[in-house]
Amino acid sequence: MTALAAPRAPGALARLWAEADAVQRAALVLALILLALALLAPLVAPFDPNAQSLLARMRPPAGFERARPGHWLGTDELGRDILSRCLFALRLTLGLALAGAVIGLVLGGTLGLIAGLLGGRVEAAVMGAVDAQIAVPFTLIALFVLVLFGNTLPVLVIVLGLYGWEQYARIVRAETRKLMAMPFIEAARAAGAGPVRIARVHLMPNLVSPLVVQFTLSLSGIVLLESTLSFLGLGVQPPTATLGAMVGVGRDYMPNAPWIVIAPAVTILLVTFAVQILGDWLRDRADPRLRPR
Amino acid sequence: MTAAPLLAVENLSVAFGGHPAVSGLSFTVKRGETVALVGESGSGKSATALAIMGLVGRDGGRVTAGRILLDGTPPLDLAALPEPALRRLRGRRIAQVFQEPMTALNPVIPLGEQVAEALRLHEGMGRAAARAAARAAFARVGIPDPDRRLDQFPHELSGGLRQRVMIAMALACRPDLLIADEPTTALDVTTQAGILDLLRRLQAETGMGILFITHDMGVVAEIAQRMVVLRAGRKQEEGPVAQVFARPRADYTRMLMAAAPRLGAGSPPAPRDPAPVLGVEDLSVGFPTGPFWARRVHHAVAGVSLTIGRGETLGLVGESGCGKSTVARAILRLIEPSAGRVRLMGRDLAGLSAAALRPLRAEAQIVFQDPFASLNPRLTVRDLVTEPAAIHGRLPPGGRRALAAELLARVGLEPEAADRWPHQFSGGQRQRLCIARALSVRPALIIADEPVSALDVSVARQVTDLFARLQREDGMAILFISHDVAVVERVSHRIAVMQAGRIVETGPTEAVLAAPRHPYTQRLLAAVPRPEPGRLRPALPEAPPPPPVVLRAGARPARAPLVAVGPGHLAAIDAVPPPVRAARLPAAAEA
Repeated sequence: MTALAAPRAPGALARLWAEADAVQRAALVLALILLALALLAPLVAPFDPNAQSLLARMRPPAGFERARPGHWLGTDELGRDILSRCLFALRLTLGLALAGAVIGLVLGGTLGLIAGLLGGRVEAAVMGAVDAQIAVPFTLIALFVLVLFGNTLPVLVIVLGLYGWEQYARIVRAETRKLMAMPFIEAARAAGAGPVRIARVHLMPNLVSPLVVQFTLSLSGIVLLESTLSFLGLGVQPPTATLGAMVGVGRDYMPNAPWIVIAPAVTILLVTFAVQILGDWLRDRADPRLRPR
Repeated sequence: MTAAPLLAVENLSVAFGGHPAVSGLSFTVKRGETVALVGESGSGKSATALAIMGLVGRDGGRVTAGRILLDGTPPLDLAALPEPALRRLRGRRIAQVFQEPMTALNPVIPLGEQVAEALRLHEGMGRAAARAAARAAFARVGIPDPDRRLDQFPHELSGGLRQRVMIAMALACRPDLLIADEPTTALDVTTQAGILDLLRRLQAETGMGILFITHDMGVVAEIAQRMVVLRAGRKQEEGPVAQVFARPRADYTRMLMAAAPRLGAGSPPAPRDPAPVLGVEDLSVGFPTGPFWARRVHHAVAGVSLTIGRGETLGLVGESGCGKSTVARAILRLIEPSAGRVRLMGRDLAGLSAAALRPLRAEAQIVFQDPFASLNPRLTVRDLVTEPAAIHGRLPPGGRRALAAELLARVGLEPEAADRWPHQFSGGQRQRLCIARALSVRPALIIADEPVSALDVSVARQVTDLFARLQREDGMAILFISHDVAVVERVSHRIAVMQAGRIVETGPTEAVLAAPRHPYTQRLLAAVPRPEPGRLRPALPEAPPPPPVVLRAGARPARAPLVAVGPGHLAAIDAVPPPVRAARLPAAAEA
């Protein structure tokens, strides 16, 4: 449809670039670099991320005293190369977070849309499930599921996907209800548009803005959830590196070897920064009223 | 009356950002005088009010030149006064009444408390004294049962009563100057008449000056002694109301006068025996209300029957909440009628399933009041105006592009508009887009629900003219719904007056307006302000209260059988007094 602002025609990317301001350009470049690094981690990482070297434990990054040549960001408590671990962790975390956030968005968004569109019993059922989900701490559910079904990567992705679905559902349902009362929806109904067409043409383009905001928020939330689960021993199993797990473990060594924490923490920061800026940009682009002409 | 005017605005200029809102405006308001500030949207009349209140900075504007002198010893220049000094003046010497009485009142504070707050703040009254004064203020503005109202909340009152509370609040500290910013625009005409009477009476009592901001020439003629006409921030004309009405000097004033709907200006002649397009029989809509153990039904529409023929316009008038929009939605089955039949082009819509109804939807289209909310902001104009045609597979060979160009040309917009977005258009242009969308499937019936109520008079005139032209070209039937009798008169061949979910009178427009038979119609017509300065509006004739519309489940609402009182002219049987001419009705018709 016309509404989504994704680049379509050739040259759209160039136009996008021309419209962007400095911060948005920086975020775009950063996102592309992070994405490339994550995809190419096996090629660009200087070391095997899990190779231990007990003789070179907790060495600082290059440029500091006792730094070990080749380990640009230093080594961790088991002598593993932090740069390599960060790259592999970025790959895994980015994949998990994106998959989780997309699952939550699709699941919660669809349920919220159906609830808002149909109303009545369907709405009551969906919103009841949302309330139940909000009432129970999610960590508890996550622990329960992971213990019950075993701690494998697919299960973990599903658990992360379930995180935040209720927020999407709540937001989409509220927004849908608001839109359904607008005269332009009544005009569409009077014109003979069925529920599917109303959802596709009239509701979804108007739901992009709140969804994008929620997506960027939940992406950071999922990174944190993953690190919580890793900390409790239910996330991705060691020695596989994820950014959250690296921060969790590195915390114990902060006084003596702060770089163990700093490297993955800064990586998380860069990811969230890029996602937030790009999200805001996408939100504004999706609204013709805010689009530069 | 003192020599110096109460308020003297001298060469005032106000700008928002780099955009000038008011340029070099000068006028005065004397004590005991009402000056009307007249203009269309964007004329700078509200910016002037904000500048006088010293509130223009809050909205990102500033006074760039000129003085606003408030009489006193010494005279104060409001434009140069620091904020704390202004705060002491606001509410005490200058007060304001706003257009929308619901949003101007705090919904979670009892009404009495809101009035008492101003008194405690400015007069330093104690709690009990302020409450007593608030009660007195309520009584003064004619609020019935003031003791009970003091403890009520805004949502518990009707719009007219809320506006009375706003006036009570504004006048609690007996200000010298009252700024009334479109205070009756959101109200029904009968309510408006009461508020205008109230303002006149209070002015006679207190001798305050009133700056009355409005776009309605009828209201100007009724309340003001002098008027200032504004356009794009510049003064076009100033003078005594009678003189400006009799001999307008500025072209713009003449244009405004010509565009303003005027009751009694005549209506189009009805087509002879048109082929029926829409026939509504005994349509009823009830909404359940109340808790489940005491279920009640709000009968928004109770047994409405009407017909519209090809090339004919039926005007449906009534005050807010009378059920006229519900009738429109029930005809289109946007809401489900609880009883009755709707025959469109010979097919009964009422019993059809959603799927069976869909192809018939091309025959009836709707245009709404709010042109800003009626267009999906995320679609281009091309996709918007051609959507109904696309749904019904009625796109011409050239597709959406060709159809959009044709439709835009028909409603008087340039073809380049197709590639733009709705927010890039003005209110009147958007309403044209809504009409173009309705035309895309060449419907037999267009329902226009208050289509010009949100527009400036000159723009409204263009839109009603557009409806008339399109009807001549295509011969569609139009159901024109409005609260404004004068607008309805201008466009409608026949008229139906609605009250409390029932049609109380219907007939050829000329016949109904010239000799209304139902007391409610008489009251409604008497309340319409006329642009005739010096004319004393007769006291509104009393009409018996409408039957209750909220009944226990199962109870049938009272019906109003219509009887013929003239050729094609029907009135509800519950009250058909002998014919009386509405405009000159004696004051004590039914006391």
